Amino acid sequence: MTHLDLSGPTADLVPAGTPLLDVDDLHVEFRTRSGTVHAVNGVSYSLAAGETLAILGESGSGKSVSAQAIMGILETPPAVITGGGIWFQGSNVLEMSAEDQRKIRGPGISMIFQDALSSLNPVYSVGFQIGEMFRVHRGMSKKEARRHAVDLMDRVRIPAAARRVDDYPHQFSGGMRQRVMIAMAIALDPRILIADEPTTALDVTVQAQVMDLLKDLQQETGMGLILITHDLGVVNEVADNVAVMYAGEIVERGTVDDVFTRPAHPYTDGLMSSVPQVEAKGGRLRPIAGQPPNLARIPSGCPFHPRCSRRRLGAEAAPGRECATDAPPLRLVVPGREAACHYSEEVLGVRAP
Amino acid sequence: MTEQQQADLRHDVVEAGTTTGLASPSVDVTSDRQNSLWSDAWGDLRRNPLFWIGAVFGLVFLLMALVPQLFARGADPRACDLSSSNQKPSAEHWFGFDQQGCDYLANVVYGARNSLIIGLLAVAVVLVLGVVVGAVAGFDGRWVDGLLSRVTDIFYALPLILGALVVLRSGVLGRGVVAVAVALAVFGWMTAMRLVRSQVIAVKSSDYVAAARAMGASNGRILVRHILPNAVAPVLVYTTITIGVLIAAEATLTFLGVGLQRPAISWGLQIEAGQSLLRTAPHLVLFPSIVLTLTVMAFIMMGDALRDALDPRQRA
Repeated sequence: MTHLDLSGPTADLVPAGTPLLDVDDLHVEFRTRSGTVHAVNGVSYSLAAGETLAILGESGSGKSVSAQAIMGILETPPAVITGGGIWFQGSNVLEMSAEDQRKIRGPGISMIFQDALSSLNPVYSVGFQIGEMFRVHRGMSKKEARRHAVDLMDRVRIPAAARRVDDYPHQFSGGMRQRVMIAMAIALDPRILIADEPTTALDVTVQAQVMDLLKDLQQETGMGLILITHDLGVVNEVADNVAVMYAGEIVERGTVDDVFTRPAHPYTDGLMSSVPQVEAKGGRLRPIAGQPPNLARIPSGCPFHPRCSRRRLGAEAAPGRECATDAPPLRLVVPGREAACHYSEEVLGVRAP
Repeated sequence: MTEQQQADLRHDVVEAGTTTGLASPSVDVTSDRQNSLWSDAWGDLRRNPLFWIGAVFGLVFLLMALVPQLFARGADPRACDLSSSNQKPSAEHWFGFDQQGCDYLANVVYGARNSLIIGLLAVAVVLVLGVVVGAVAGFDGRWVDGLLSRVTDIFYALPLILGALVVLRSGVLGRGVVAVAVALAVFGWMTAMRLVRSQVIAVKSSDYVAAARAMGASNGRILVRHILPNAVAPVLVYTTITIGVLIAAEATLTFLGVGLQRPAISWGLQIEAGQSLLRTAPHLVLFPSIVLTLTVMAFIMMGDALRDALDPRQRA
């Protein structure tokens, strides 16, 4: 089943709640001269129509790489997908021909990038670039494509779209460029939109506008949204579910409300405590001690154990739950919540009211 | 912050965002057509005086090549009288006479055709070879790049003049204008290839190429529509300069006895013949050199203007 029906908007064809995307035990490595870097180590998640999944993690946690693997835009070599499957509407993307994979990109899965200026081709006007989606994928004439580009620019709330359609990327402000990027990405009504740190390069007020826009567009079209970010505030505002990544693995997963109020993994707990609190003005921030691990040499056992304040080593540990030797699997801790920690109940219990 | 304050703030922010660079939200759609890279570039070229100066000169020399009779003031380049050998320029004969006593203005004017054909034809071949080989090598990377780059290195090892000399001496191509142009191009395309290859490699890893790929663009489209327009500017400038170099190289080949031969007329032949008489009749070198310089300048000006027009960031 490689010929997928990608005509028509998502909302008409796929009822909300149906899984659109299933990522199953994905492994990605970078084979470099100085050794193999394990960027993604067994990541699994699924995304339903209309759902917003936030993938949260610090730089180098493998969140962007897993998204690029889904898009099929990893530079290979050096990157190699060494295991797992990516199921888009029931068919495994990794087993498709390059040509079939390419056909999914655009109408099936689309992506917006962090830096909108460098993601737009400097030599074409923005209208031409948005119109290109229609000319190439839908075979429209230049006139039609231009009209659709104006409509789309209106839809992403670019003011005076009809006048600005012939302007070039460098003539737009940062927030407007990101809107152009979003317009291109949603031009073909994709089933899934992956937003890779869409607001990192923008200032806070513009961030809020762009996130509102994404949220509205999602309600209109029913697309699934994967939001890759390290911004806890953004996750809290727009996401339904969140997956926290550390060292190429998902360490905790659940609904945003649950995870943010009662973390079950020490790393998530550390993240939450490191957020500046307005009430605690004048106090010191509480960072997570240590450095993120080098992905070429991931610590044995639980990858987080060298930085973990709750680690149990040697005789302290329960049998089979020694943090430095036994790798904790991602397991169901309480209904609706998974975490990869031997002592999640304890973490939860401490914070329980 | 109250709800109302927040709403106000958001409103202000939206307002601020909408007014960026816009005087009024009025909508005027001047044309329905989608602007393309080339139509925008042409719109920009039209307003560039540099381009028009270059274009006027270029057109004059092109006309000179097509209908030299118009410019020769009625003189026949082959009607010679030895008694007026090496005469200085006068009101009657603006460029004087050459050693054979032929009207020099007529000779210089009739020389435009061969010199321009050689310069333009050779540069066209250089451009095509350089862009195609460079783009394929840079875009593919891997072993194709390795192979094409080594082939280029081999050609680099052969000096332009020496290579052309050997080809022309062997007689495979004959000794005509086309043969000289092809011989020069075959040993002169490597720098263009290197320029295009390095530009393609630089542009290939840019975010907008990744974005185009993420939106389902095919390899061919990515190369032709996204990478090449961003990669051709340096090679365009390079080739406009090369036109002059190649016209001059034709003169060198002639000097060595393998380029064009009399009774053919070209600026290269004239400069070469004039060299030995530089002290007694400097005008024999001066005039063909001036027209050669003006020709090259015309192309460089057009090339510069074209480069600016192809880069929207340079537009005012």
